[in-house]
Amino acid sequence: MTETTAEGGRISVEHLSIELGEGPSRFEVLRDLSVTIAPGEFVCLLGPSGCGKSTLLGALAGHLSPSHGRVSLDGEAITGPDPDRGLVFQQHTLFPWKTVVDNVGYGLKMKGVPRAEREQRAHELLQLVGLAGFERCYPRELSGGMQQRVEIARVLINHPRVLLMDEPFGALDALTRSRMQEMLLALWTRMRTTVVFVTHDIDEALFLADRVLVIGPRPGRIVEELRPGFDRPRSAALLTDPAFVQLKRRCLALLREDGHAPPLERLSPLGPPPPGDDKRKWRFAN
Amino acid sequence: MSAVLPAIARPRREPRPPRRLPLARLSLQLLSLGACLLLWQLACAWRLHLGFITFANTPAPAEVLEAAIKLAQSPKLWPHLSSSLLRVGTGFGLAAILGVTLGLLIGRIPLANKLLLPPLEVLRPIPAVAWIPLSILMFPSSEGSMIYITFVGALFPILLNTIHGVEAVDMRLIASARGLGTKGWRLFTEVIAPGAAPSIVTGLSIGMGTCWFCLVTAEMIAGQYGIGYYTWESYTVQAYPNIVVGMLVIGALGMGSSALINWAGARLMPWHRTQGGRR
Repeated sequence: MTETTAEGGRISVEHLSIELGEGPSRFEVLRDLSVTIAPGEFVCLLGPSGCGKSTLLGALAGHLSPSHGRVSLDGEAITGPDPDRGLVFQQHTLFPWKTVVDNVGYGLKMKGVPRAEREQRAHELLQLVGLAGFERCYPRELSGGMQQRVEIARVLINHPRVLLMDEPFGALDALTRSRMQEMLLALWTRMRTTVVFVTHDIDEALFLADRVLVIGPRPGRIVEELRPGFDRPRSAALLTDPAFVQLKRRCLALLREDGHAPPLERLSPLGPPPPGDDKRKWRFAN
Repeated sequence: MSAVLPAIARPRREPRPPRRLPLARLSLQLLSLGACLLLWQLACAWRLHLGFITFANTPAPAEVLEAAIKLAQSPKLWPHLSSSLLRVGTGFGLAAILGVTLGLLIGRIPLANKLLLPPLEVLRPIPAVAWIPLSILMFPSSEGSMIYITFVGALFPILLNTIHGVEAVDMRLIASARGLGTKGWRLFTEVIAPGAAPSIVTGLSIGMGTCWFCLVTAEMIAGQYGIGYYTWESYTVQAYPNIVVGMLVIGALGMGSSALINWAGARLMPWHRTQGGRR
């Protein structure tokens, strides 16, 4: 296995503002946000849903363009998506028509790497994420945790300078999630790529990160910066450490500061709840 | 360095239990078919006349069977079959190529959508059969006009299903593919076409059905050989049992060609078949 020390990976965000939506429904998601992330640093963006942390990630990935300000990687402005900046979604985006090994090797195929070498390197990465033996399966045949492992392997095969993760373990059960967190830290120790990890889970942020950026909602901005300096390698036992619990309490207080503001609408993929619920209640009340 | 995590156990696929013939269901189905044939035979034997419908002139199942055997031995069977198959093959092939290509472009490229869709939307509600008189004027050979009718019949189901399939491809898959370095036409071949494939196969299957429908109608009007022509000719020469034979052959050909498409689709998309999970 080739050991890779990703070269570079310094992210700088300068006075970034992003507006989303069309016409009168256009609104400001992020306002005048500035931050610098060092090469190899593990940064978590923590905040309530709808605060704009995923929007910031979208801008880093190159899928959203800034209204004002500048986003750059190692001095180069980010203008569009690139294999150098790997993005992992909450719900996997594996190609259902490709087997696991073809999904992982996809980035190399786009670079024109011959098939034999692609399969070899995909196999090595699958071993690294603990999925050796599943090469010929289709994504549908895997569990949610396994799908996310494949998704991470598919991004890492390009040796990205930055790994961007949008609540990648948010849809997994608690036990799988904690295993995946440990796996991610182990991978990061090997690869030493810069990681920007979005989450609304305080435990997750404090457990993983070198630095936690707490984001406040509408317009999104950095409210606080925390450095959970716990020793590495970290294990799940850390979650009950007194120092950890103390830091968590502080995070909770920070996130609740905005508690008096009305809760932000969250766009559900299923739309508003079906009408008729009230009617049924009324009938029973009679 | 060893693997980061202990590997998850390899998937083990249990052998399927041998399938047992559903004897009870099968015998019920045969019984129901047999009952229909019996009723038909009785209605013809009694020359049933209900006022609005009459079985006085219709051929009975036994006569149909006799006519079918005669056709199977006749040297005319192959010319009839081959000319129909050739027309459907050509019309359907052209419709498939044009429908899928246009569908991919219209579904994905806004400019193609704006330029190509309006004329197609105007032509779409016109049934293929309504094209018959004009197509006779447009094509000097009757062969050309018949192929054109089958082509028009198959084009729109294929086109519309392809457009729908392309539009339904998950935006996140496209974003992910671009993030992994997909550029230009490879986005079509690697993501959009396979993503729309299940919908395209549905369109091809429906298109094949309408193809036969249109062909038979066209052959009844202009033709010398072909299974639709055979059916209509049997009526004009009063060989009534042959009508039913022709109908059954058309049904079998239509069903067979649709089954062929579905089979080919399942072979080309093993990932789609496993959608419900392997059992």
